[in-house]
Amino acid sequence: MIIAIASGKGGTGKTTVATGLAYTLARDGRRVELLDCDVEEPNAHLFVRPQSDCTEPVGVPVPRVDAEKCTNCGLCSEVCQFNAVACLPDRVVIADELCHGCGACVHFCPVQAMTETDRNIGVLESGRSTLDGVNKLHLRYGRLRIGEAMAVPLIRAVRRAAGPCDVTLIDAPPGTSCPVIAAVKGADFVLLVTEPTPFGLNDLQLAVEMVRALELPLAVVVNRSTVGDRAVWDYCRNENIDILLEIPDDRRIAEAYSRGLIAAEVLPQYAQTFRDLYLGIRDS
Amino acid sequence: MKIVITADGTDLDAQVDPRFGRARYFLLVDTEDESVTAHDNKQNLNAAQGAGIQAGQNVAGLGAEAVVTGNVGPRAFGVLQSAGIKIYLAGGGTAREALEQFKAGSLQEVGAANKPGHWM
Repeated sequence: MIIAIASGKGGTGKTTVATGLAYTLARDGRRVELLDCDVEEPNAHLFVRPQSDCTEPVGVPVPRVDAEKCTNCGLCSEVCQFNAVACLPDRVVIADELCHGCGACVHFCPVQAMTETDRNIGVLESGRSTLDGVNKLHLRYGRLRIGEAMAVPLIRAVRRAAGPCDVTLIDAPPGTSCPVIAAVKGADFVLLVTEPTPFGLNDLQLAVEMVRALELPLAVVVNRSTVGDRAVWDYCRNENIDILLEIPDDRRIAEAYSRGLIAAEVLPQYAQTFRDLYLGIRDS
Repeated sequence: MKIVITADGTDLDAQVDPRFGRARYFLLVDTEDESVTAHDNKQNLNAAQGAGIQAGQNVAGLGAEAVVTGNVGPRAFGVLQSAGIKIYLAGGGTAREALEQFKAGSLQEVGAANKPGHWM
């Protein structure tokens, strides 16, 4: 089963929920793959503490032109949907950072003047968790090169890296655009983590619209549920969205988090909470 | 020689458009007889990305030897430079004023982009 943990708003507790679920399910003996798809700011590794066993570069294909063969027909520029290719009267100029690596220019070149080379966008990291009592938890995550705009190919590489397992957990980036969609697409279930504030509700609504556009089943987790207002509950009732878990504003969770510890690791009662959450997802 | 002036209208009385890649029109002007043809840049005006690159390609295709505009980003600059087209910055005013300044040699040629691109 593939469960994606997403949110519109950042800082609602996606990583807290993802690592809490990963830790609990792995301690119960399940083989868990945790995929941290927030490649701009990955941080699940701080909690899962993996022993790095693999670091590999990830690239996207970009075209190169053989000036000897090129006839300056302009077809490469015409078929490029991303305006990454300019055909000048005597040469072709390529803007690598705009290229999405779709290969259309290479495919359509009538004289086979174009070939592809790899442009590095970041690295893929893999490692097994070193947490006590956990030996079937694998973490995969990407680190996007600073300044790189092309996050989606790296997110896809993280998704592809998942090994055989019982449960795949995807820690998605915040927002509702391409990187989030690349992270949650193909999941069996999406958990949306929010907080009971006007800001949390507004971004939850955006995230619900996104998940519904992808036609995936979803439910909500309300984090810091004992603060703020009740508007998130009203919204979920009106929209027929299940709230599968409410995590109270518990100072002990914040303390564990501040030391880089998973709540369920130091507060055993939360292990049952995450177990119930998993069963709730499976049954819905 | 033929030059392109970016403008918000189709003749020399139009204002110089301060943007290059997303200029409203390219006025192709013959500096000898001041004849003008206007080329719509609507396609790049609405482009999600890469407007400067396509605009540079289109200007090169028009056979211009120089561009007079308000600002130029890094990729447009790169394409224009590759095409051997010189770039001059005009502070504002009408296309006619910019043309006079160009002919009088009072516009500064730029050797680098003066604006960052959208992705930088």
